[in-house]
Amino acid sequence: MVALTINGERRDVDAEPDKPLLWVLRENLGLVGTKFGCGVAACGACTVHVDGVATRSCSVPLDQVAGKSVTTIEGLGGDRIHAAQLAWIELQVPQCGYCQPGFIMAAAALLAEKPKPTDADIDSALTNICRCGTYQSIRKAVHRAAEMAGARR
Amino acid sequence: MKLTRRKLIVGGVLGGGALLVGWWFAKDRDRLGDRTVFKARMGEVALNGWVKVGRDGSITVAAPRAEMGQGIHSALAALVAEEMDAKWSDVRVEDAADLNVYRNVEILIDGLPFSPEETGRMIDVAKWAGSRVSGLLGVVATGGSTSVRDAWEPMRLAGASARDLLLRAAAAKAGVDRKTLTVVESEVRDAAGKKIATYGELAATLGALQPLRDVPVKKAGEFRLIGKPLPRIDVPAKVMGTAGYGTDVRLPDMLYAAIANCPTFGGKTKGFSLPSAGLPKGIVKVIELPTAIAVVADSWWRANKFLTGGDLRLNWDAGPNAGLDSRAIAADYAGLLKDGKPKLTRSRGADTPPADAKFLPATYTAPYLAHATMEPMNCTSLLDRGALTIWMPNQSSSLMRYVGAKEAGLDQDKVTVHTTYLGGGFGRRAEVDLVRQAVALAKALPGKPIQVLWSREEDIQHDFYRPMATARFVADIPADPKALPGWTVRLVGQSASSQFPGRVLGIGETGDPDGNSVENPPYAFARYRLDAIVPQGPVPVGFWRSVGHSHTAFFDECFLDEVAIAMGRDPLELRRALLKDKPRHLAVLDAVAKASGWGTPLPAATGRGIALRASFGSIVAQVAEVAVEGRTIRVRKVFCAIGCGIVVNPAIVRAQMESGIVYGLSAALHGRITIKGGAVEQANFPDYDAVRMADMPAVETILVESKDAPLGGVGEPGTPPIAPAVGNAIFAATGKRLRNLPFELK
Ligand code: FES
Ligand code: FES
Repeated sequence: MVALTINGERRDVDAEPDKPLLWVLRENLGLVGTKFGCGVAACGACTVHVDGVATRSCSVPLDQVAGKSVTTIEGLGGDRIHAAQLAWIELQVPQCGYCQPGFIMAAAALLAEKPKPTDADIDSALTNICRCGTYQSIRKAVHRAAEMAGARR
Repeated sequence: MKLTRRKLIVGGVLGGGALLVGWWFAKDRDRLGDRTVFKARMGEVALNGWVKVGRDGSITVAAPRAEMGQGIHSALAALVAEEMDAKWSDVRVEDAADLNVYRNVEILIDGLPFSPEETGRMIDVAKWAGSRVSGLLGVVATGGSTSVRDAWEPMRLAGASARDLLLRAAAAKAGVDRKTLTVVESEVRDAAGKKIATYGELAATLGALQPLRDVPVKKAGEFRLIGKPLPRIDVPAKVMGTAGYGTDVRLPDMLYAAIANCPTFGGKTKGFSLPSAGLPKGIVKVIELPTAIAVVADSWWRANKFLTGGDLRLNWDAGPNAGLDSRAIAADYAGLLKDGKPKLTRSRGADTPPADAKFLPATYTAPYLAHATMEPMNCTSLLDRGALTIWMPNQSSSLMRYVGAKEAGLDQDKVTVHTTYLGGGFGRRAEVDLVRQAVALAKALPGKPIQVLWSREEDIQHDFYRPMATARFVADIPADPKALPGWTVRLVGQSASSQFPGRVLGIGETGDPDGNSVENPPYAFARYRLDAIVPQGPVPVGFWRSVGHSHTAFFDECFLDEVAIAMGRDPLELRRALLKDKPRHLAVLDAVAKASGWGTPLPAATGRGIALRASFGSIVAQVAEVAVEGRTIRVRKVFCAIGCGIVVNPAIVRAQMESGIVYGLSAALHGRITIKGGAVEQANFPDYDAVRMADMPAVETILVESKDAPLGGVGEPGTPPIAPAVGNAIFAATGKRLRNLPFELK
């Protein structure tokens, strides 16, 4: 048993200590919003927050997140929808959508760290792959989310 | 846009394992379907084969095309909602069953291995009918950028007919003449504009009313939703993480299978040996299939760890292609360029070059490419008490059902296919390999739902690749620089169209080239001749976004730049001269030239390149602005103009252009699949990379609308021009002509 906090709730997980967090989320906890894309930390589809830091969950074993707080797309923003998600809907970002939870989690972590990110910040923080090529909309949506979050504050 | 246009429908009628082909001419209105076709749930009534209304006011549209990111569910629903005068926020979509009314007729017409301009379409259909592959292609399928073109008439008719039926119910209810009624946002009003009832309120009052097939549809000027950037139906779920993809299917007691396919093409399995300690925890079974070994477990991660961890020994018979090497294939192709026998020859204009012409030769190449859809390949199936159920992100439920039934030894009516959201398709998900594998495993473990999921490595190494191809041009450069040039081209490459039917039906290759790799370019060359050589071989090739255009556009459009330069003409100006009788092409070309500031100065080591390609019924021209720093190629801006007839949803068209550009740019800058020892050398994104945020050019899309032009596709036409536009820009920036993909500056 490994204890950790998932989306604000304490959970005890009965899984192998070397099982990657991605598969713990998808198989043990039924949280399938976090996606498998490559398994080798190269695409970012599996991005979640571990203690607030954007993390590629396919490459983090369960025992490394024991006692930590994990946020997934399902828990992002807590009770209210995160500004990034609002901006993503407003700007109609997704195409196939498969990469988007990972991008949104990466963007949310960036916005938490830098409320007004520059294009260069976006380039260096959002290194995920989108095979549908939604990058231009994602860039706009990150800027829009920064505005929306500013207005909410 | 007459609804009475006759179309030919090909239906595959399958009985007793034999393929019988049924042919009939169908009018669009024969695709309406009656009220029993679209299954209604509690609180819903069907109005015809395409639309249901719920008492809660919801309007549900049958979506027989797969949503793989192209926004097709929303585009199709808008056609129905437009004619119904429905409120957009009431509209939902539901996966449609595999039935005749939903079959994609346009994909069949587009799939003809003939140039549309060569002969009449019906003659082509008749010719094509002779080929043994035809039966299966009149199918519920998504591809060839055909969905809206196919649905344009039947789905608008379905909306108009649904509106008419509801109005008849409202007229009966209010005791007034149906002709006096109007509809505003799903609400039926009387002549005075007073509300009679909403669609939802009318749902319970329809009785035995039947849909009419001869109902007029709106004229182009009357559209209220078509042409607007309506919000997409699938976006909220995709942003909240609740959209269900194939990998997200969860069923009670479901098992997971990890797969190792035989590494070499054409190889087979030769058994496996279990570790002496026996099966690890959670592993249910190891199953040997003819060309793959599957580990079935209670967790995919456990299955894959056991499969790849080294404790399980896998034995392969590498088969006849163990020595296969893409460099050797490339050398063969170079020989075929010289002396291969063409499968197809096409020519027009003069037979011989002018006596005073100079000749300009050049040879181009393009590599094999993988699709690398973001969602890895998967399929979930359950074989239980003589019935097979399949949950799958797929581009053709008809094909999946046909192959699933065959593999399970069942009649097709015992097979149900649920199409989930697709995490990308790009042509890969028209293939039937996954369903075959999943059903084989379901047969081994009846009564248990099994989800087959491939790792990314399996996906990259066991794809159906964009064919490697090469072209040898010789242009006639006339002595008079005002005269028009001519050219001949010899093209060598495998064909997906040649292999695909065989994969489905278990027959050999047809030998035909991909229809769209041999389309005549629109240019008025003084002389034009194409010889297409179609080698066959063991490398599996498939339909990769834009198919033949993905490489022929690169070849043709870069070479045309070379011709312009050899003639001392501006590349834009020469294209304009060659298109002077093609006003739609010219309008698109001029739009992109203007937006990009063609001809205005740029900083040093920066260049502009232009390219144009007509494909899938649309015309796309692009200008790329490229900066070269040392050996690094930076594509800073792309201007893209598209002429696709009537624009159904401008936001979706723009998104598809950006998407097509990124897909093509990823290939042009990074994409290369090579084969050594019979196996693919690349394995995952680190060695089969894609464009990422930092390399993303700013894209500006210009829609060149023409209300009287036929509808064109948008899913694929954005891809072909980007590689040549970038190649031409690299030349403009550096004076170096790169004739091989992916681009590399030495
Ligand atoms: S699945 Fe984790 S980075 Fe790709
Ligand atoms: S939206 Fe399809 S991969 Fe990004």
